[in-house]
Order: sequence, then C-alpha cells, then structure tokens
Amino acid sequence: MAVTPQTLEELNRAAPLPPRRGAIIDFVRHRPLGALGALIIVAMTLLAATAGWIAPYNPVENDYAAMLAAPSAAHWLGTDAFGRDVLSRIIYGSRTALMVGLGASLIGATLGSLIGVASAYFGGRVDLVVQRVMDVFFAFPVIILALAVVAILGTGAGNVILAIATPMVPRCARVVRSSALAVREMPYVDAARASGFVHSRIILRHMLPNVMAPILIMATAFLGEAILLEASLSFIGLGVQEPTAAWGLMLRGAAVEFAETAPWMAIFPGLAISLGVFGFNLFGDSLRDALDPRLRTQ
Amino acid sequence: MIPTLLGVAVLIFVLLRVVPGDVVEARYLTQGSQFQSQELMDQERAKLGLDQPLWKQFTMWMAGIVRFDFGLSMWTGSPISEEIKLRFALSLQLALMASLIAQLLAIPLGILAAVKQDTWVDYAVRVFSIAGLATPSFWLGILMILTMLIVFHWVPPMMFTPLWVNPWQNLEQLIWPALAVGYRYSAVGTRMMRSAMLEVLREDYIRTARAKGLWMKLILSRHALKNAILPVLTVMSLEFAFLLGGLVVTEQVFNLNGLGMLFVEAISHRDYTLTQALVLLVATFFLFVNFFVDIAYALIDPRIRYR
Repeated sequence: MAVTPQTLEELNRAAPLPPRRGAIIDFVRHRPLGALGALIIVAMTLLAATAGWIAPYNPVENDYAAMLAAPSAAHWLGTDAFGRDVLSRIIYGSRTALMVGLGASLIGATLGSLIGVASAYFGGRVDLVVQRVMDVFFAFPVIILALAVVAILGTGAGNVILAIATPMVPRCARVVRSSALAVREMPYVDAARASGFVHSRIILRHMLPNVMAPILIMATAFLGEAILLEASLSFIGLGVQEPTAAWGLMLRGAAVEFAETAPWMAIFPGLAISLGVFGFNLFGDSLRDALDPRLRTQ
Repeated sequence: MIPTLLGVAVLIFVLLRVVPGDVVEARYLTQGSQFQSQELMDQERAKLGLDQPLWKQFTMWMAGIVRFDFGLSMWTGSPISEEIKLRFALSLQLALMASLIAQLLAIPLGILAAVKQDTWVDYAVRVFSIAGLATPSFWLGILMILTMLIVFHWVPPMMFTPLWVNPWQNLEQLIWPALAVGYRYSAVGTRMMRSAMLEVLREDYIRTARAKGLWMKLILSRHALKNAILPVLTVMSLEFAFLLGGLVVTEQVFNLNGLGMLFVEAISHRDYTLTQALVLLVATFFLFVNFFVDIAYALIDPRIRYR
C-alpha cells in the first residue's frame, strides 16, 4: 500500500506519466492478437492503395485464351470463367471491401450517434418516440433490412453502402444513447445550457466528444461485419455488380458451378473475406478492451 | 409488440412503394417487350389493386392480416400462405438444427475456455470462435460442397426431401447447411459463455464450494453454469438475426428452396404482397423469440420476476 501523497510535488513524483511513445509497443506487447489484427488491416489498406501498381493484370479484362486456368507462374491464383486473373481481382476487391466497410461504418456511426445523443439530450417525449422507431428497425434481422434497402435503392456500390449503414444506425443510436444519458447529467451540460447555447451546439460540442469511446468501439466492431455483409449481398447478386472486383461477387455463379474443376475460384476470394474480417474483428476486440474495460470479454 | 409490428408493417409498405417500378413492370419489361401497351399494364395494375390509393391498399392489407389472410402473391398469383407454408418447414428445421449445433458447440467450448483460461486450449477456442465470426457461412457452404464433391463425389440434390417422407435423407441433406450456419452462430455464444463463466468463477460462492471440497464438475454444472448461462441466452437470442440472415445466403449455396430464397425472389420480382408478408413474418418471429427468452429468464433464474 503506497503512502497517500500529501503535496502536489509528491503526487507528481509518485505517479510519473508513462511516455506516449511506448503506447504502440505496449499495445503490441499486451495485445498480440490485436496487433495481428492491425497488421492485417494495414496490409489490406496497402493492397487497396497500391492496387494499380502491384496487381499483375487488369481485374476486369477478359482473356479468353486463359479461361479457368489453374494457378501457375503467369496467374498465381488462377483465372476465372472469363479468364480474369483471380489475384488481381482479389487485390482490387480489397478496395471495394474497404470502401464499402468504411463508408457504411462512417455513415452509420455518424447518423446513429447523432440520433442517440439527441435522443438522450432532449429526453421525454422525443426520446420515447425515437426509441420506439428504433425498436421497429430492431425487429428486422440485419441482412433483411439491408436487402430491403437494396430493393428500394437498387444495387451498386454506393447503394450497398447505404444499405449496410441502415442496420448500423439503430444499434449505434441505442448504445450511444445509454452513454449520453449519463453525460447529460454532468454539470458542464447544465452550465452550457445556462450560458444559453443552442441545442445543436451543446449536442455537437459538449456531449458528442464525451461519448466518442463507445462510438469508436461500435464503428470498429461494425467494420468487419460490414465487409461480411457486402460480401453476402454481392454473393446473392444484390450488392456490387459485375464487372467490379468484389470478393463476394467472385464467389457467385461460376465459382460454384466450376467448383470441382476450378476450386481456386471458390477458395481464394473466400479466404480473403475471412482474413479481412478476422483482422478487423481482432483489432476491434482489442480496441474495446483497451478503451472500455467495462465491456471487456477477457 | 403490436405497435412495433404495426411500425414494421407501415415501414415496409411505404418503403416498397416509394421506389419507381412495380411487379407489372418487372414482369413485362424484363421479358424484353418494352413496347407493351400502357393500357395493358394499367389493366394488370387494376387487377392487382395497385391503382387504388395507398391508404386503401394499406387498410385492405391490414384487414386481411388480422384475419390471417395474407392475400395473393403478385407474381405467381397463388395464395401467399401456400407459398410460405411449403418453405417455412424447411427454413424452420434448418434454423432449429443450426441453433442446436450452435448451442452444442458454444456452451461446452465456452466453459472449457474459461476453465483453462490463458492456456493453449483457451487460445485455440478463441481463435476458433473469432474465425467463425469472420468466415462467411456461404463460403463455408461452398467449401463443404467442394470437399464432398472431391472426396465422395456427392452432389447436392436438386429436390428437397421433407423430414416426414424420408428422415434419413432429409437429415443428410440439411446437416451441412446447418453446420455452416451453426458454426458461425456458435461463435457469438462461445465468446459470451467464456466471459460470463470467467466472471462467475471469481465469485465468492464458487470459492466456498471449492473450499468445502466439491467436485469441480459439480461446481461447474450446478453452481457456475446456472449463473453464467443468462447472458449467453440473451446474446444468442439477439443474434438470432445472424441465423436468419445466414439462411438467406446459405439456402442459395445449397440450392434449398426455403424462405430466404423466396425473399430474394420476391424482392427481385418487386412482389409487394409477398415481400411484405415475409418481412412481417420474420419480424413477428424475431419478436416472439425475444419474448420467450424473457420468459425463459424467469424459469432459469428465480430471482427474476415479471410483474
């Protein structure tokens, strides 16, 4: 048991702040799985960013001389039914996955947290109505809601982002609301009100920054799921459309048809999805443990 | 529950209708005959009741629903209850099998990981469950079919055999999709089981039980599991959506003509009545599951009482 510090100098001496530089090293040492996740994410981002330089072939160019070619020196992971290079399509596919994942998470988390904080801030009848509306959205399984939105907006990458963001909104709103309820009771919110600030300023400048931790956790956790959802939607033909390179799309149709003769078409894109989502999940878990010990799953 | 369902009904009704295009267009325009006369299309619309004002369409739909009459499918023209009945059995059986597999995997694995915390067993279970979350069930399905093709030269059958016709053939057909969905579904449960168990194992009464020399098996099954299972139940019921969602894509892979397949068809045909009925059905099902889980709490944990 340490002696309780009596003076300010003693306090400073007793608890030296750890150097900031060590944060990353600390993270790697204490959370090896999280670091592995981060590594996968970095690798995926690099792939997406440099796709134009490192992909050996054009991902949408058909080569009818090399249809369903087995993995070889020319095509490391083989080619598909149109003679398109599987490796190149996987590399370009990381762009689609990241774009849809980040886009959906960003939109979903932004809208969700705004609704959540506003609902908590105004309270009373507004809160009640917002919560009931959220209940309605909760009654839809995630993929059904996403499918319904696709049915309305149509397919294509942009619409898929919105479709995947939609189920994210109520979930984020609910989590953020519960954190914001506590923040609302803080004296500084009262102070801001007493100073006569408008509602939007209090919500955006005073409350939102204080519920950033749960928002970040939700958004990261949702990234992996969004990539998976995009793959599922594309797989059933209601997501990103041909000839765009997308992992889920690569598993559709011919990949199943020719599974026996050309298994590389079915194996590698699925591996890419799993690895990508695995990375985001690992990182998200560790981030949650680090940021919010209350939600820890040990 | 009723207001939520009414909200669901209004939402899906409005959402479907704000988009340009309807079932008549989907039918005639995709058939390549763009020059279909406007008159004929209007006639078709009148036949389906699509020329009525929206509020009238909605009240008619609602009036049918309270009598459990879902109307006719706009695409096939046959009663929706018939369409759904054929496929509901398949999807429900698949969902139950997947759910059973998930529980059988999640509970023992979660307990094992918690008891052997921070050993290789624990790490193996955790990686297994995180991998389950990351692997798309449709890909797992493809891999299964692929393996069966190459090893046993087995091809997924074209027709579905109901349980009451040939139980063995039916189970043989459904076990693989059930495993593909169940594995993914189990991951959520495993993680929750592990963390809940870890928490409970640190409680005083567990230490007391150990101190008085009770068998570890008995402590786990009688003292710890009962207290740790509640959050697992919650999470698994909430994640039931995973299961239903997993079915939508898995049915495509295994060529099973279930509700998921029907839903995708209904959407692409812009079949309003069928889409509405399916969404409402799934939402009702989902709400009922949550409701029964609430009741199950009180049965498992006598401390919980509902007034």
